[in-house]
Amino acid sequence: MLIIGELINASRKAIANHIENQDANTIQAVARDELNAGADYIDVNAGVFVGKEPEYLKWLVETIQAAVEAPCCIDSPDPAAIETALAVHKGTAMINSISLEKDRYDKLMPIVAGTDFKVVALCMSDDGMPETVEDRMAIAEKLIDGLLKNNVKLENIYVDPLVQPLSVNNTFGVEFLDAIEKIMATFKGIHTVCGLSNISYGLPNRMFLNQLFMVMAIAKGLDGAIVNPLDKRMMANIIGAETLAGKDEFCANYLSAYRAKRFEL
Amino acid sequence: MIDEKILKTAKQTIVEQKKDPAVELVQKALSDGIDGMELLTEGFIPGINEVGDQFGRGTLFLPELVQAADVMKAVTDLINASLPSQDGPQEKGKLVIATVKGDVHDIGKCIVVSLMQANGYTVFDLGRDVDTERIVEVAIKEDVQVIGTSALLTTTMVRQKELEEALKSAGIRDKVRTIVGGAPVTARWAAKIGADAFAEDAQDGIAKVRELLGA
Repeated sequence: MLIIGELINASRKAIANHIENQDANTIQAVARDELNAGADYIDVNAGVFVGKEPEYLKWLVETIQAAVEAPCCIDSPDPAAIETALAVHKGTAMINSISLEKDRYDKLMPIVAGTDFKVVALCMSDDGMPETVEDRMAIAEKLIDGLLKNNVKLENIYVDPLVQPLSVNNTFGVEFLDAIEKIMATFKGIHTVCGLSNISYGLPNRMFLNQLFMVMAIAKGLDGAIVNPLDKRMMANIIGAETLAGKDEFCANYLSAYRAKRFEL
Repeated sequence: MIDEKILKTAKQTIVEQKKDPAVELVQKALSDGIDGMELLTEGFIPGINEVGDQFGRGTLFLPELVQAADVMKAVTDLINASLPSQDGPQEKGKLVIATVKGDVHDIGKCIVVSLMQANGYTVFDLGRDVDTERIVEVAIKEDVQVIGTSALLTTTMVRQKELEEALKSAGIRDKVRTIVGGAPVTARWAAKIGADAFAEDAQDGIAKVRELLGA
């Protein structure tokens, strides 16, 4: 499971303040915590700063990579901001995200074409947000086809089938889960990823639902997640669910997590 | 005066989101010659207000809010249909609501629309990915008091600023009030672009519209 630590996101008020104050120490401490808790990638998002997003995104990448040896997941819909951040990024970045929305597709594709970047392919189009498995498959097929034609390797594509809130429609959970299964079965070697906290929007006990939903998604084949790695129960669930889903040879991960006391919650 | 018990039951059907009992209550009341408008304003509207309060306090949740709005719509439609056409339904205010150009996120916008309707406002829902010019055009044509826009992307928020300017160019900025919302949108953004209000969520949107219209 590829873990993308989601904490350095300017839509969180405290982080926005640290970014504005250029508080490098705090940002670096958050990145270090995420890495120690098991993150493979550190997501960086400065989206709330209209006009200043490229500058801040670049600062985040430089600041984080000065402190920790980890690649970043550049989280922006704006190609200019992504390119500015990529110019200073060390290692293989992840781009979050390209979608089938024409403007975004046309502008992001040249950035990822022929590269080794990991690319999040978000199932969204100009026709709106997908609701059913079929909606998602139709978008995913076009996106994957376009990425492959532009020399992005299948194993670098992370399809995000788009989680929508259960509050609004009680089929949104199951349609998402079935889409994960179908994408993984149809495109052997591809990956799926999601930020799944949307599922519990508008409901109480959100962490509880998110933790359960993660287990259900892993059972369907999800192998990437944008999560808060400091949520110990979430991380324990991921490790346990992957072992149960047959992804953990000789239960080695499970056992080393046990010895590292990751199940002592 | 309608029997207190009937009003209380009407209110309960909204708070507890019971569509069939709500519809039956309206049908029986109307056939008994009860004044539909009074039943709405004294029974059901206090119900949807109670739902809003409870949502704000965190004792009712989004699926319940959505469902309550749905029940409210059913009873409002029934009551409006029963009114003699010259009376027409009472107009609390007219709104244009849209998700801005380049943005196809509309879950939140649809919740806002249904809640506004449940609260008695007349809503022109332009959908998603809507051109700024079209928003202005409909605002003029329908003579609305409020324009609400939703933007879910940092790249599309700028359309809300564009709208402010377009309203000025069209010479109607002082005739309408604007409300902005959407995940990346903040009160600070609203102030920066000169929008009249920011709404955190659908229920906050109702409160803001009330403030702006005094109704």
